[in-house]
Amino acid sequence: MAYAIEMLNITKDFPGIRANDNVTLQVEEQTVHALLGENGAGKSTIMSILFGLYQPTKGTIKVRGKEVNIKDPNVATELGIGMVHQHFKLVDNFTVTENIILGMEPKTKYYTIDIKKAAKRVEELSKQYGLNVDPYAKIEDISVGMQQRVEILKMLYRNSDILIFDEPTAVLTPQEIHELMGIMRNLIKEGKTILLITHKLKEIKAVADRCTVLRKGKYIGTVDVADTSEEQMAEMMVGRSVSFAVEKEEAKPTDVVLDIQNLNVKNVKGLLAVKDFSLQVRAGEILGLAGIDGNGQTELVYALTGLTKIESGNVLLKGKDITKLPIKQRLESGISHVPEDRHKHGLVLDFQLKENFVLHCYHKEPYAKNGILNPKAIEEYADKLIEQFDVRCGQGKDTVTRSMSGGNQQKAIIAREIDRSSDLLLVVQPTRGLDVGAIEYIHSRIVEERDKGKAVLLVSLELDEIMNLSDRIAVIHNGELSGLVYRKDTDENELGLMMSGSIKKVGAANE
Amino acid sequence: MNKKRSVLQISLFAVIAGILLGFVVVAITGRSPFNMFVALVRSMTGFNLTKPSQGINVTYILNWFLNTMPLILTGLSVGFAYRTGLFNIGGEGQYIVGALAASVVALTVKLPAIPHTILCVVAAMAAGALWAVLPGILKAYKNISEVVICIMMNYIAMYFSNWVVRTFLEIDTKTNARTIGFPETAGFGKVFANNPSNFNWGFLVVVVCVLIYWFVIEKTTFGFSLRATGFNKESARFAGMKVERNIVASMAISGAFAGAAGAVVILGIFKYGRIFSAMDNYGFDGISVALVGMANTPGIVLAGFLFGLLKAANTNLQLFNIPMEISELMQATIIFLVAIQYGIILLLDKFDNRKKKGEVVTEGGAAK
Repeated sequence: MAYAIEMLNITKDFPGIRANDNVTLQVEEQTVHALLGENGAGKSTIMSILFGLYQPTKGTIKVRGKEVNIKDPNVATELGIGMVHQHFKLVDNFTVTENIILGMEPKTKYYTIDIKKAAKRVEELSKQYGLNVDPYAKIEDISVGMQQRVEILKMLYRNSDILIFDEPTAVLTPQEIHELMGIMRNLIKEGKTILLITHKLKEIKAVADRCTVLRKGKYIGTVDVADTSEEQMAEMMVGRSVSFAVEKEEAKPTDVVLDIQNLNVKNVKGLLAVKDFSLQVRAGEILGLAGIDGNGQTELVYALTGLTKIESGNVLLKGKDITKLPIKQRLESGISHVPEDRHKHGLVLDFQLKENFVLHCYHKEPYAKNGILNPKAIEEYADKLIEQFDVRCGQGKDTVTRSMSGGNQQKAIIAREIDRSSDLLLVVQPTRGLDVGAIEYIHSRIVEERDKGKAVLLVSLELDEIMNLSDRIAVIHNGELSGLVYRKDTDENELGLMMSGSIKKVGAANE
Repeated sequence: MNKKRSVLQISLFAVIAGILLGFVVVAITGRSPFNMFVALVRSMTGFNLTKPSQGINVTYILNWFLNTMPLILTGLSVGFAYRTGLFNIGGEGQYIVGALAASVVALTVKLPAIPHTILCVVAAMAAGALWAVLPGILKAYKNISEVVICIMMNYIAMYFSNWVVRTFLEIDTKTNARTIGFPETAGFGKVFANNPSNFNWGFLVVVVCVLIYWFVIEKTTFGFSLRATGFNKESARFAGMKVERNIVASMAISGAFAGAAGAVVILGIFKYGRIFSAMDNYGFDGISVALVGMANTPGIVLAGFLFGLLKAANTNLQLFNIPMEISELMQATIIFLVAIQYGIILLLDKFDNRKKKGEVVTEGGAAK
């Protein structure tokens, strides 16, 4: 079979670092080819080269057998290469059609935009590939999965036949992922070629034909997905054997630590985002809160930590009502919080690592006395945490946090929050964007905290993470509790249905 | 290699490029760059290169310092707010109300010499702080841009001050454009009584303010939470810091520094209550000082001296037949270059790359 894309012996040097080292990627026409690798393995670099954002230092690129020089993204588009970015690039208050034609609007004879013609074409394409998108819907009114389809349509409208998907499932529910896989197969059937960038093995297994693995910028190998197990691919990716299952013993839950009673919280738009929500988390258990993004998780977490006002209802921590306490007092009365967005909320990126370690306790002894900082105590504490939690940083405690890798930034937050030894550990999306090694580590630390008798509330959009870590699973849909089950009594399918609000199952695990 | 260029490099580059451009423009317009050099050296050292026999004239050095004093203070003012993520463009207004408060205390309170002057300065700082608190509160609790409010408050300050001076203070009947002179007890005396320069004890206020700035920002828990707020308001809030309070407090302290500048100028140079017909621009110059000084203590002091020199050099430039606008041109160039620092980073990176490529080529050549 002919190759749609051949990237031969590509090397890309950045000052001081070789991002791609002699990487070869050959993609056959009408196949789904996966590109697998951890963060920093060079996946985005090689895709940026293919898309014309970078020039390779060495190596040749052939598209459909012909050698090409992709000097900018326009060339890539002309060659029929299109990319669905991880973060959609859509205008929220434009319709689907308006978004799709943006930049190449068809004109009527009066030089106005011929929206009807465009919408018709969008509808045709949508039918042909089974995308089921309404061309006149506004982006802000449609689901994330739909928005992704709009991105796909954008490429199809531009006649791309080599489609690059960059981590396409990160924002989708299990059902949506399933549908996306179907769409991908449809696209292949209609003659397209797909390059899928991901670090999720399950998806590769489900949809890809071949898989190329990169590790630390180097080419490791290309395998037939059908003949390779997930474990084998993981080993290629990480360079050692990896355990997927988190090892943990049966939970031994004791007293109720966090007691949420009939909580109502409004979102920034002033609408109720959390509705009459009640939940209890006990010491010694991990309670996973599953849900599709935007179903009230953020507001719930903000309400627990005091970042947003509670409309009605109560939050009790170890029997003490903390509903009206300000943020600081709540944290001090026993909540550790690993926030969802580590850059925006968890760290001060321009601070040195040591300063970030004392972000909560800088004003307390021994880190300060009478309002004057004690640099020595802060440094000693930083050294201790760096060693205990194996935080890797170029210049030790003086490293500017921004320059650290995502995994190590997250480790720093986890270190800070765990070391505060609170009764409740509130972890939100603790492993987003991290590589397998870091995920393994952070998961084991969370389980360790549970075993020490802490109550852990884990909020995550990654169903795998919820399934792997939780002892009990609560599901939030549209701000309401739509499920509360024991991990051992449920499966992905059931959770997916609860996440989309199709079924409700509360009370089964409410002891 | 890929790392951020140090801000120091950018500032140095801007300063050198700005001064060089000054020389180039002087040369192009047919004046003597040498004369300009002589003028600058004379402003800095008091030494006239064309007439070495005259020796060093200390007056020039003292005038340089005198010009620097308010600039460092307004630089601290802008820098302090900047470290908390705020842009205090209202330094001018805070400077004016500072001068006003100092004038009122000087003319209406009767005290022995040293306490009287100190009280004048304290009143000026309090007035400056008060003037800055309002935009701070609006910013913190209503998220109204402090920039817009500050600019409006500058004009309010000027006309308010003129009204107060005309209505409540005793106007000098000879000129009708200022108050009577301050009593001897209020005002900074000359440090060197025999020198014609007005360099005065107000420099002590500058030294104290510099120390306060450094200590609060770098050494205290309050400074820590201000810096955290400045870098990332949300993370600070998540960590339980009182972000709103920090914003208001930071504006107040920032305003106090600008108010001190008002006191230092009016108590040290004018020694009478002023009716402003235009702004002095020290508040705005403070933005340049803080920007070039990277908002850190030594940086602001050095940048203050640099801009003080460019201001002080005006007389000498004219003496040597160089238009004094050239000093403004240099200032503007420096500010411009610092403001487009990302452009400079690109430029310097390119330069580095070229150098490296050159090295690679020579290595290859050597291998053969």
